[in-house]
Amino acid sequence: MRKFYTKIDNIAGNVATLKATGVGYEELALVEGSWGKSLAQVIRVNGDNVSLQVFAGTRGVSTGDRVSFTGHSMRFSFSDDLFGRVFSGGGEARDNRGELTDNLIEVGGPAVNPAIRLMPHRMIPTNIPMIDVFNTLVEGQKLPIFSIPGEPYNELLARIALQAEADVIIFGGMGLKYDEYLFFKHRLEEGGAMNRSIMFIHTASDPVVECLQTPDIALTVAEQFAIKGKRVLVLLTDMTNFANALKEISITMEQIPSNRGYPGDLYSQLASRYEKAVVFEEGGSITLMAVTTMPGDDVTHPVPDNTGYITEGQFYLKGGVIDPFGSLSRLKQQVNGKTRDDHRAIMDGCIQLYAKCRETREKRAMGFEMSDWDNKLLKYGESFEKQIMSFSANVGLFDALQQCWNILAEHFEPRETGIRSNLCDQFWPKK
Amino acid sequence: MSSTGRIVTVYGNMVTAEVEGTVRQNAVAYCQRSDGVRLMSEIIRIRGKLADMQVFELTRGLKVGDPVEITEELLSLELGPGLIGMVYDGLQNPLPEMAAQVGKFLEPGHYLKALDRKRDWDFDPLLAPGAIVTAAENLGKVKENIFDHFIMAPFTLNGEWKVKSIAPAGKYKVDKEIAVLEKDGQTVSVNMIQRWPVRIPLGIYRERLLPTQTMVTKQRIIDTFFPIMLGGTYCIPGPFGAGKTVLQQITSRHAEIDLVIVAACGERAGEVVETLREFPHLKDPRTGKTLIERTIIICNTSSMPVAARESSVYTAITLGEYYRQVGLNVLLLADSTSRWAQALREMSGRLEEIPGEEAFPAYLESSIARFYERGGIVELKDGRKASLTVGGTVSPAGGNFEEPVTQGTLKVVGAFLGLSYARSYARRFPAIDPLESWSKYAGVIAHEKVAWAHGFLKRGKSIYEMMQVVGEEGTSIDDFIIYLKSEFLDNVYLQQNSFDEVDAACPVDRQQHLFEMVTGVLKHKFEITDKARARDLFFTLTEQFRDWNYSPWLSDQMKTAESAIKATMSSKEAAHA
Repeated sequence: MRKFYTKIDNIAGNVATLKATGVGYEELALVEGSWGKSLAQVIRVNGDNVSLQVFAGTRGVSTGDRVSFTGHSMRFSFSDDLFGRVFSGGGEARDNRGELTDNLIEVGGPAVNPAIRLMPHRMIPTNIPMIDVFNTLVEGQKLPIFSIPGEPYNELLARIALQAEADVIIFGGMGLKYDEYLFFKHRLEEGGAMNRSIMFIHTASDPVVECLQTPDIALTVAEQFAIKGKRVLVLLTDMTNFANALKEISITMEQIPSNRGYPGDLYSQLASRYEKAVVFEEGGSITLMAVTTMPGDDVTHPVPDNTGYITEGQFYLKGGVIDPFGSLSRLKQQVNGKTRDDHRAIMDGCIQLYAKCRETREKRAMGFEMSDWDNKLLKYGESFEKQIMSFSANVGLFDALQQCWNILAEHFEPRETGIRSNLCDQFWPKK
Repeated sequence: MSSTGRIVTVYGNMVTAEVEGTVRQNAVAYCQRSDGVRLMSEIIRIRGKLADMQVFELTRGLKVGDPVEITEELLSLELGPGLIGMVYDGLQNPLPEMAAQVGKFLEPGHYLKALDRKRDWDFDPLLAPGAIVTAAENLGKVKENIFDHFIMAPFTLNGEWKVKSIAPAGKYKVDKEIAVLEKDGQTVSVNMIQRWPVRIPLGIYRERLLPTQTMVTKQRIIDTFFPIMLGGTYCIPGPFGAGKTVLQQITSRHAEIDLVIVAACGERAGEVVETLREFPHLKDPRTGKTLIERTIIICNTSSMPVAARESSVYTAITLGEYYRQVGLNVLLLADSTSRWAQALREMSGRLEEIPGEEAFPAYLESSIARFYERGGIVELKDGRKASLTVGGTVSPAGGNFEEPVTQGTLKVVGAFLGLSYARSYARRFPAIDPLESWSKYAGVIAHEKVAWAHGFLKRGKSIYEMMQVVGEEGTSIDDFIIYLKSEFLDNVYLQQNSFDEVDAACPVDRQQHLFEMVTGVLKHKFEITDKARARDLFFTLTEQFRDWNYSPWLSDQMKTAESAIKATMSSKEAAHA
C-alpha cells in the first residue's frame, strides 16, 4: 500500500524537505497539489528528513501538498515505439501521443566495464570536409562542439545528424529556445530522419531540474539500443546549460562551490555522461556530440575546460567555420590511415600551408613587405577558406581530397607543398 | 571482532551510520541494500556513535535503517605472484574476470579475488628448517614471467622467527601453505599471499638510498635535458590536448625498467582500452616479451565511482612498493593526480570541512607529499637494490600552473616536465616546454654540456620575440644565426616523432652520439651574411639530421645521412672565414 505524506517542512529553490521513513536514496517521488503534480527525486536522506528535488520546480508547492514515494528510482520505457517521438527533459510525452509505460528501464545505471570496450575504429562520414578530411569523426567517439553563443552550432549539429550514418539518432536539448527546438524538429522531418530519431527536449522555459534529467534519459535509451547492436548517434545541446543547472542545485543544497560557483564534482558529473560513448564487441556503439557554448569565448571557463579533459578532442566553431587550429579529433589517427594513401598527407600539408598563410596575413597587417611566396600563400588561403572551410562545402571524403589537390595545384608547385614526392606523383592533378 | 550499525544519512557517495561497538578509522565496512546487495565502503570520520563512510559504489537505493557491517581490516590489497599483466579496478577487482562473471556493466556489490587461486607456481625454497627470518626476508621464490618473484616472510612479522618447516620444491597454488614459522611457542602459517593496507607505506629495507642512476625513457628531451632517476619522482602538468597521456604511454612503452604500473585515475576509458588492447601485441625490445608481461593496469576511469578513484592511486602505489620489496625496479605512472585531488575535494565537501584554495581540502598538499614520498630507491635486507619511481600527470584547470594541485606537486617532486599548449599547437612533440621545465637529477649527458646547449634555447626565444617587433630586417645576422641554431636544436633534438619506428625510442648511445653532432653545429661559426641563405642552410641541416634520426642505428642509411651532414657542414656556405 502506498503511503502518503502531507507535510512538507522546508521549500528552498527546487528542493523540498519533509519527514518520511523507509525512503531509498535517489528514489522517485510524486508531489501533488492544487497547482498540479510533479515527479521528484530523493537527493539526500538524513535521519527521517528527506530532501526532494522537484522536477517541475517548487513554484506554488504548498507545505500541505501530498507526497508519495514510488519505491524505485527514475525509469523510462524502452521499445521501438520510441522512434519519431518527442519527450520532455523529464521523459513525458511532448507530442500529444500518449505516455509509454511498458518495458521500463532504470535511468543512469552503472558504467561499462572498461575491459570489454573496443577501440573506436570506424570512420563516420559527414560530408563536411573540415571534419572528414581534417578531423575525422570516429564511431564511438565523444566530441563536443565548442562555440561562442551566436555561432551556427545547431545547424552544424543538424547537418551531422542528417548526413552521418547512424541507425538511431537521439537528440537531447537542454535549455533550448523554443524556435531552436522547432528548427531541429523540422530539419529532422525534412531530412526524412524523424522515423529513426527520438527527441528529448528541455526548453529554456521548462523547470531547471528537468534539464539535469535530459542527458541521462537520452543516454540510457542510447545505451539500450547500443546493447542491441545499433549504431547510435547522440546529439546534446547545450551542455553549458546542463552544467549551470547543476550549479543551481548544488548551491541550493549549500554545497561549497569550487570554481566560479560550479560544484566540485563538475568533472565527474560531465564525465559520467560523456563516458557513455562506447563501442561494444557485438557491434553496437554510441557516438556522442555535444554543444558546449563558451561564455565570452573563454576556453578556460570551467565548463569547456573540464569538458576538454574528458572528451576525445573538440570541434571549435569560430567565425562561422570549424577552426582548423583549435579543433582536434584525437581518434582520427585510428581511421585516417585506412581511407586513402593521401589522406594524412593532405590533412597535414593543407593545414601547415594555411597556418603559414595566417602568419603572412599578420605580417601584412603589420606592414611588412610581401614576397612572391607570401602572395601565393595569401591566394591559397582564400581558395582554401572558400572551397573547403566554408560551411556550404558538402562533399564526400574522396571528392574533398581531390578538391584539396586542385587548390594546391592552382597555387603551388609540388615541392612547395611539403607533401612527399611519391604522393604528388600519384595524385597531383595533370594540367 | 566486527561491529554493526544502521544507516542514518545518505548523501551522494557519503553515508553516515550509527554504530554499536568499536570502529577503526579507515576500516572497511559494507552497507547492505534492502535487496541484499552489499556495498563496500571505508570509514573516513568518526564522531561519537556516528561513523561517516565513503561508499565505493553508486549509493542509489540505500535507506535509513539499512544495516552496516564494519570490519576490523583497513582497506587492503592481496599481494603475491600473479599480479603482473592484470587489469584491476581501484579496489583490486580483476576487470576482465568481472566482465565474464557480471556482464557489460559494473553492477554494484561484486568483489572478486585479486589473485588466481587455480594457478600453479613452481616454488623453490631458499631456506632450510631452523633458519632465522625477520619480516620481508626471502623464504623462497617462484618464476613470474621473466622475474624471480621472492616469497617473503610476512611483512607484519615482529622480531626474529625460526623456520619450523618449509615446503620442498614443487608446484603450489598461492593459498597453499609453503612454510611454518615459530617464535616463543607461537606458530604462523605462511602462503604466497600477503595482505597490506593501501594507505600505509610498505617499505621494509636496510636503508633508503639517494637516487643516482638515470631512468632511461628513450625520449631525448627527458633523458638529456630533464632526466628522471630510478627511485625519483616527477610530474607532468599540462592543459588538455598538450599530450600528457601520450607522453605517459610512450614512457610506459620505452622506459628501461622492470615493471610499469599504469594507474588510470579518473581519466578516459578509451585510453586504458588502448593500452589494454595493444600491450599484449607490442614487444618489449629489452626482453623480447610482450609489454603486458611487464605491466599492471589499475583502471578507475572517470565514470566509475569517485571514492574508488581516490583509493586507486593508493592501490597502484602499494603494488609498486610490493614489487620493489620483491626486488624490481618499478615505474608508477599516475594519470591523473588532479582527478584524485578532485575526489578528495568531493569527499571533503560532503564532510562539510572548511575548504582551502579552490575548495580543495587543507590537507591536499600533505596528501600529495605523502604520496610521492612513497617512491624511492632502497637497499633491501639481502643487499639488493630496488626502486619505485613515481610519475604523475597533473591536469590544471584552465592550464594554469598556479592552481593548488600543480603547486603542491612541484614542492615534492624531483623533476617537472611542464607541457605547453603552444608547443603542442605547433606540433612540437613531446610538447615539454624546455624553458619552464626543470630537473634536479643527472641525465645521460654531462650537466655543463646540457646547460650550454640549453642556453641557445633561451637566447633563441628572446631573439624570436624581438624579431616579432622589429622584423627580420631589423635583426643582426649574428642574432639571426643564434635563433636558427636554437630552432635547429629544438627540431632535431628536442622533438621526436613517436610514429616513426626508429625515432620513437632513442637509446643512450644514440643520444650521446647525436648530442655531439648537434653540439658541432651549435659551436660552428657560420660566416653567412645573407639571411635567406642562412635559413636555407639550416633547413638543409634540419632535414639531414631528421633523416639521421629516422635511420636505424649503425645502418648504411645512417652512414649516408651522416656523410650528407658532413658534406653540408664543410660546404662553402658553412665554411669558416
